[in-house]
Amino acid sequence: QWMFRSLDMDLYEADDQPSCEASDPTQTEDPPSKKLKLETLQAGDDGGTETLTANAEPKVQSEICVACLGVLQDFCDQSYTTQVIIEVLFIFPKLHQSYILLLDNFMLITPGVKIQSGFEVSVGFTHAETDGDCHFLYVATTCSDCFKPTKNKASVFTRMAVVKALEKISDQKFLSNYPCPPVHPATRCTPLDTTLLHASVFIAGRYNKFSRELPQTPWVIDGERRMEGSVEELIAGPLLSSFRADGFNFSSSGREDVDVRTLGNGRPFAMELLNPHRARFNKAEIRQLQETINTSSDKIRVRDLQIVTREAMGRMKEGEEEKTKTYSALIWTKKPITHTDLDFIKNIKELKVDQKTPLRVLHRRPLAVRQRVIHSMSASFLDTHHFKLQLHTQAGTYIKEFVHGDFGRTKPNLCALMDSEVDILELDVESVDVDWPPAVPE
Amino acid sequence: CVFAMEEADKTAPSVTDRYYTRWYKTDMKGKPCEDHCILQHSNRICLITLAETHPILQNGRKIKNINYKISDGCSRLNNKVSGKSKRGGQFLTEFAPLCRITCTDNMEYTVFSCIRGRLLEVNEDILKHPDLLLEKPSTDGYIAVILPKLEESKSITNGLLTREQYEEVVSKRTSQQQEPC
Repeated sequence: QWMFRSLDMDLYEADDQPSCEASDPTQTEDPPSKKLKLETLQAGDDGGTETLTANAEPKVQSEICVACLGVLQDFCDQSYTTQVIIEVLFIFPKLHQSYILLLDNFMLITPGVKIQSGFEVSVGFTHAETDGDCHFLYVATTCSDCFKPTKNKASVFTRMAVVKALEKISDQKFLSNYPCPPVHPATRCTPLDTTLLHASVFIAGRYNKFSRELPQTPWVIDGERRMEGSVEELIAGPLLSSFRADGFNFSSSGREDVDVRTLGNGRPFAMELLNPHRARFNKAEIRQLQETINTSSDKIRVRDLQIVTREAMGRMKEGEEEKTKTYSALIWTKKPITHTDLDFIKNIKELKVDQKTPLRVLHRRPLAVRQRVIHSMSASFLDTHHFKLQLHTQAGTYIKEFVHGDFGRTKPNLCALMDSEVDILELDVESVDVDWPPAVPE
Repeated sequence: CVFAMEEADKTAPSVTDRYYTRWYKTDMKGKPCEDHCILQHSNRICLITLAETHPILQNGRKIKNINYKISDGCSRLNNKVSGKSKRGGQFLTEFAPLCRITCTDNMEYTVFSCIRGRLLEVNEDILKHPDLLLEKPSTDGYIAVILPKLEESKSITNGLLTREQYEEVVSKRTSQQQEPC
């Protein structure tokens, strides 16, 4: 809903009704110059010199509104609208441009009302004529960094990117690159198919991984599946069918390698279920779902399964630097060892470690040095060439590289500390010290 | 899993054995025995190292100087990469020099790239501790890290020898009683 209150009688008359027809006849008497300005605008001239008589009739042919491109003019009658809540999408530059114009002249009360709903009806419109309108934002150097070229998306001008750029650009710069008032469109927009969408449901929990041959996410190289199954697919399976969802996005507080087990309370995860046709589940039903997942495979286990909000998803990633994890590793040493050789390990506290990006992930991560802290360690002797090492470290520490040194690119490392070539044979995550999601009593 | 361990440690495959394939370039640029060993990770990243038969590692030689400045306009130390796609890294071809090493007996050797790819980093630790290169040439004493182009990751080894082929070349040298390098 738009409401205009005129503060300065420059362009339009005071009008309580939402209206898109600029040629609305005024109720009160107005000086001739006012009508003149009105018609100058209608003709599409900004400050044109054509003189029109004060009594000239407004144009009869309907003008396409420069702000809504015809949506509110032609697509709002009963036959087009439905009775459910409609979310209408505008192409932004037109909206923004009018907003500036109106800010100068009117006190504008919030355009559009964001409605929260579990079910969304999208009525979209396309207007080829104005598709290129926002392109000037890319050229304007102050906000060209908002547009990141990705191979996946068809166009770099996504709604998010345009909104960001519009926030960045100054009013003056905007107005110097884009006509104000805007050029009248020659054509009205055309409607797209109406789409219906169920709002996503977010489900969180903690998972254990008991297999050393299970990746967290599907392992695919060149379109070929390298290893069957994955943690996310095992969890998603029963959820997708119960919620009757079209797909999912899996997110977790960190990851473990294929050959690493996740023990203890497990690792927090959250899953967005897309377009769920059934979204309401009570606690008992969720508990049942958890049981189903747990009986479906002995490779994983899920606990504390619960429905959460979208905001909760962000909680997992927050505090990633501050959180800690504990690990247990099976270490092999080249040099034969005795019990006493391991004594020094329990005395190491708050060891700062500089880790260059490990070579095994360097192909897909930027080259950098990360400083991490190993809070404490302890060791248990097994035999002359093996011992068990427990570590309590800052989140983000690469344990395997701390043990073997990654060609000396992690310093200090266990090889150097023990003055012997050492290697890690097995690794387990014993705990992920994040206190979210809240525990669900069994 | 304590059980497999006792046997495992005799033939315990090292990190290099488990994740890297060894490739060799012998007699680089025709210079006898100047052998390079390229460690290729399964993710296509390559480490350039001196092979165990390289002259620098023979006869108790000591290193006087390692210089990454290969010409007036180019120092490998100036190599800077940024971002996931490692933009800015110097692109190398097979015969691009990485560094020049001078030994205390005044013998000078050039270490070459051996493969095509983007230079990610050179080992600066060996500048401070040249002995690393002598004591651990295949691990901490590596020379450089190179990222081949995705399309070329398989073809870069076309001009290189496998471990078996390398061992054949080496044994031929001994049997022909060539001058020890």
